[in-house]
Amino acid sequence: MEKTKSYLYKKPESLTDNVTSYCPGCGHGIIHRIIGEVIDELGIREKTIGIAPVGCAVTAYDYFNFDITEAAHGRPPAVATGIKRYLPDRIVFTYQGDGDLAAIGTAEIIHTAARGENITVVFVNNGVYGMTKGQMAPTTLLGQKTTTTTNGRDPYRHGFPIRVCELLATLEGATYIERTKIDSVPDIIKTKRAIKKAFTYQIENRGFSLIEVLSTCPTNWKKTPSESMEWVRTEMASFFPPGVYKDKYNVNT
Amino acid sequence: MAKKRVILSGCEAAAEGAIRAGCSFYAGYPITPQNRFPEYMSERMPEVGGVFIQAESEVSAINMVFGAAVAGARAMTSSSSPGISLKQEGISYMAGCELPAVIINMNRGGPGLGDVTPSQSDYFQATRGGGHGDYRTITLAPWSVQEIYDLTYLAFTLADRYRNPVLILADGMIAQIMEPVKLLPVKKQMTKKRWALTGCKGRRPNFIKSLFLTPGVLETHNWKLERKYQKIAEKEQMYDTYMCENMDLLVVSFGTCARICFEAITMARSQGIKAGLFRPITLWPYPYEFLSRVAEKAKKVLVVEMNCGQMIEDVKLALRGDIHIFFYGRPGGGVPTSEEILKEIKRI
Repeated sequence: MEKTKSYLYKKPESLTDNVTSYCPGCGHGIIHRIIGEVIDELGIREKTIGIAPVGCAVTAYDYFNFDITEAAHGRPPAVATGIKRYLPDRIVFTYQGDGDLAAIGTAEIIHTAARGENITVVFVNNGVYGMTKGQMAPTTLLGQKTTTTTNGRDPYRHGFPIRVCELLATLEGATYIERTKIDSVPDIIKTKRAIKKAFTYQIENRGFSLIEVLSTCPTNWKKTPSESMEWVRTEMASFFPPGVYKDKYNVNT
Repeated sequence: MAKKRVILSGCEAAAEGAIRAGCSFYAGYPITPQNRFPEYMSERMPEVGGVFIQAESEVSAINMVFGAAVAGARAMTSSSSPGISLKQEGISYMAGCELPAVIINMNRGGPGLGDVTPSQSDYFQATRGGGHGDYRTITLAPWSVQEIYDLTYLAFTLADRYRNPVLILADGMIAQIMEPVKLLPVKKQMTKKRWALTGCKGRRPNFIKSLFLTPGVLETHNWKLERKYQKIAEKEQMYDTYMCENMDLLVVSFGTCARICFEAITMARSQGIKAGLFRPITLWPYPYEFLSRVAEKAKKVLVVEMNCGQMIEDVKLALRGDIHIFFYGRPGGGVPTSEEILKEIKRI
C-alpha cells in the first residue's frame, strides 16, 4: 500500500539549495528562512519581487527562489517604489541592514514611508557594518566597540544611535511599524508573525510596513553565537525595545 | 492630411516625445532650467495611465527609474547639471545591470552650483561615462525643439535595443524656447523584456545585478559590455552637415551652439567666405569617420562650444592631427552671437 508523504518541517520553496556565505551564529539565515516561509504560506512566490541591499545580504539572489534585484547602497526603498508603482499587483519587499537603511539611505526610507508606498521593509539591525568588517553603524550602542570606535562609542565624538521604528512611527504615511528580535524561539515566532502581517497588509493594499529585527553579528562583535544572542536580549533590546510602534489597522494575527 | 503641429517649449516637447514613445514612468526633482519638464509630466502622466513621482532627491529619482526599468517600464528622469552629478550613481548601476532608461540633462553652467544660463559644460561627463566604472551612455544632442522631441522619442528605442541608459544633452535655451513641433504617433508595440522582474510565474526567477565577486566574472561582463558599446559605435552615429560642398573652413559645433554657427555660416557665405558646418548629433558614439571625411576638403577647422573646449579632444581624434584646429568658446553661461562667431571665422 502506498503511503502519502507528509512533511512536518521542510525547506520553503522560496529558498534555494545554495549554501549561504553567512557566518555561524549570524541572524540573516533565520530571517531569510522566516521570509521564505511567509512567502510560501501566503502563496505569493510567483508574484514577489525582492530588493537586496549592499552589505552581507547582497547575494540574497543566491538564496531566495523568486525575482530579486540589487540596489545601490541605501536605495532599496526608491527602487521598490519604482517597481511597485509600475506593477502595483506584485508583492515588493526590501531587505536592508542598519548602515543601508539608517545611514546612507535615511532619506529614502523616511520619504518612502511618508509617501505610504505599499511595500514591505525588513530591516535587520545588528548594530554594525558587517560586510566591511565591523565599523560603527548608526545603531551601534553607546560604549560598543567597533573598528572605528575602538574605545567604545562615545556620544560626544560619534553621536547617538538612531531608533528607526520610533522615528518612522511619527509619519502619517506609515501603516505598520514593529520591532522584534531573534534571540529565542518565542521571539523568532513573533518575528515571523510580524513579517507575515507586513506582507499581508501589502496584499490588502494597506500601505507601508517596516519590521525591524534585532539580529546578531558574532564575527564582528567578537562574541560566540550564544553570547551574541544574550547581547541582543539584554543590551540591544534595552536600547531598542521590541514592540508595535504603529499599526493603523491593529489587526490581530 | 497635414501633420499636426503644436507650439511647445523644449521641456514640453521632450516630455511629449517621451510619452508618445511609450514612457510610462517619470521620477524627478525640481532644478532650473528643466522645471517645466516635471510639471508637464505631472499633468500628462496620469492622463496616459503612467506614473509621476516627485522624488525627495535626485538620487532617489534615478533609483526609482532604476526600479521601474527593472520591472520592464519605459522609464525616464530629467535634471540639470548638479542634479545629473547626483544621478551618476544610479546611471552607473543601470549601465552595470544593463537597464534601459532615458535621462535628460538641461545643461547649465558649472562647476558647482554655477548658473542657470545655457551651457555645454557637461560634455565630458556625458560622453566619458560620468559615473564610476567602465561604461558608456549613448548621448544625443538636439539643436531645436523639434529635434529634442524626435530624439527623446528615439532614445527609448535605443535604450531598449541596447539595454543601456541614453542621455539627452541640451541646455536652458532649448529647454525654454517655444517652437512648432510635428508630433509623432503614439507608440503601441513595445519590445518584450524577458529579463525584467515581473514575478517568476511560469519561469525561473530573474535576477538583476552588477555585482560579480567570483574572480574573472566581472572581467567577462566588462568585455561583454564593451562589445555592446562597439556595436553601438558602429551602428548609431548621427550627424548633420550644412554648406560642406566647396568649403574651405569647417565649423564643428553641437546643440544650441551649432544653431548659432548655422546662422554665422549663412552670413559668411553671403560674404563669399566658404564656410561649412559639421554637427555631431550623437556625442557618444562620436561620428569620428564622418567628420574626418567631411573635413578632408577643409583647410581650417574651427570648434565652437559653450564651454572651454571639451569637444576638441574628439575633433582631434577624428582628424588625427592632419589639420590645424582653432577654438572659440564661451563657458560659464556665455552664449555667443552669430556676429561673434563670424568675426572669429574671418579672423582665423
